Amino acid sequence: MAGQGTTVATAPVETARRAHVGNGKARALIGPGLCTFLIFAVLVALGALIFPSSYFYRVGTLVWINTLAVTGIVVLLGYVGLVSLGHAGFFAIGAYATAIGPNYGIPSPLAMAGGVALAGLLALVVGRPILRLSGYYLAIATLGLGMLIWMVLSKEAWLTGGPDGMTVSGMNARNLFKLVGLKLKSAEAWYWVAGFVAAIGAAIAVNLANSPSGRALRAIHDSDVAARSLGIDVARAKSRAFVISAIYAAVAGALLALANGYITPETGGFMHSVEMVTMAVLGGAASVFGALVGALILTALPQLLTVFADYEHMVLGAIMVVTMIAMRRGLVPFIADLWNRRKS
Amino acid sequence: MSLEIDGIGIAFGGIKAVDGVSFTAKPGEVTSIIGPNGAGKTTLFNLVSGVYRASSGTVRIDGRDVTGLPAHELARCGMARTFQNLQVFPQMTALDNVMTGCHMQEKSNLLADLLGLGPARRATARSRDAAMAALARAGLADLAHRPASEMSYGQLKRLEIARALVTGCTILLLDEPAAGCNAVETREVDDLIHAIAEEGKTVVLIEHDMRMVMRISSHIVVLDQGRKIAEGGPEEIRTNSQVIAAYLGVHGAAEAEAAAHG
Repeated sequence: MAGQGTTVATAPVETARRAHVGNGKARALIGPGLCTFLIFAVLVALGALIFPSSYFYRVGTLVWINTLAVTGIVVLLGYVGLVSLGHAGFFAIGAYATAIGPNYGIPSPLAMAGGVALAGLLALVVGRPILRLSGYYLAIATLGLGMLIWMVLSKEAWLTGGPDGMTVSGMNARNLFKLVGLKLKSAEAWYWVAGFVAAIGAAIAVNLANSPSGRALRAIHDSDVAARSLGIDVARAKSRAFVISAIYAAVAGALLALANGYITPETGGFMHSVEMVTMAVLGGAASVFGALVGALILTALPQLLTVFADYEHMVLGAIMVVTMIAMRRGLVPFIADLWNRRKS
Repeated sequence: MSLEIDGIGIAFGGIKAVDGVSFTAKPGEVTSIIGPNGAGKTTLFNLVSGVYRASSGTVRIDGRDVTGLPAHELARCGMARTFQNLQVFPQMTALDNVMTGCHMQEKSNLLADLLGLGPARRATARSRDAAMAALARAGLADLAHRPASEMSYGQLKRLEIARALVTGCTILLLDEPAAGCNAVETREVDDLIHAIAEEGKTVVLIEHDMRMVMRISSHIVVLDQGRKIAEGGPEEIRTNSQVIAAYLGVHGAAEAEAAAHG
């Protein structure tokens, strides 16, 4: 009989969910969010312990910033199942607001907050009409949105410096640490700040997954029709997820602007959007740990591969193809599966 | 609450899938919709529960016109349903599936949810308790932490009932709840549905298992080719010649009649 959607009961064995919700007694004791925060904090500290030079801190900072942005993709793609190919646009709004603000006498923190609010507002306004779409229609609509933002950033040279980009003046994380009497190098200071923000972002995303709103989002992922039948306002839930993920991207963008001290329109370019989605899919879009693994690999690997600079893109491409063929749900769920199988 | 359907209909590209169907389902009773394959039973459910928009007719809950309300608002009016072709959340555990059914009862807000604050935790704890109780009622307590994708068809059918129950519904639409169940499971589903009606809920049932329909229905509505061809108690329906003809064809009905008397 004509009717409902196409969800099939016999979907492949799915341990990804168990992986991202986490397991064990620690989680029951202190809550999944705090547990995730602590794991991230340990990883941030571990990095600081082994990094031999400022160069490593700079790459590490990038890893955490990307993890934060990709966590936003995880909320949208992994939780709700919506594909956005325009998230670099929100990232760039956060970055450029932080860069432009001080030029007009707005202090950095305020400019950052403004950029993040602007990205969230734009997601709210644009989200309602385009989130009616799904699948590749939505992907194309978000792609268009990202393109528009990128074009504005490239063309309005009086404001953004045009294709050449602009320097970011203002806040330095070193000063934050000076307040409490710690003398850190600038690269180290930004590493700690980025790691801290990424850990908070991960904790929030995990809290969300285990909350009433999060269950509603995950329900929409699996069956739109069933979600509605349970009283879930699907349009509203999708809109909220879109706004949340835009805010993640914008915060990451603002951090990048400050940490790098320089930004170009490419932060808002199509390739950057694709990169974010790729990181999420590679690591496993259903979990914040997937976001971290994806961000780590795709940020660190190009640095390692500089020796083979000519073959860099080939190697990255090959990794992606192999991952998608051999472990379609991403690395983290794949490894979690192996682990569970070994245990049982 | 009683569910009043009046002259409801929908056409797909000129074909009237459901055509002017009226009936009333009363609280504390099981009203069954039966009919041959393609009679329009599931389409009728989709009209009543807001998945499709009716092109004619009205749906009323205790006299209040709810025709054309979106599905999630109908749910807020106390209507819950299960699905013929299963709409579970396969990536979630059985428990999470049912906990999602508690959505309307969960008094939390987005900020509390994001920060893992008290309201979110308390809502989740309450939902977990309610969901465990519902799973136990549906005979699935042992499978609470099993991903839905690893459960059998019959188990998933019952999982959907548990999920619908925790919504706090007063009207429950069940689309072939016993499909894929063995004899023992069918009996359990049978008892469960009976108990749900006893609580005073309005149960509307689509089912092909005639033994089950005859056993638990107070009222039966028979559809054929989108129209209501008969309505009444189980005994009336069993002996209705039009109903027999719809199921067996006019020729088959005559044969059956002859066989019964000969």
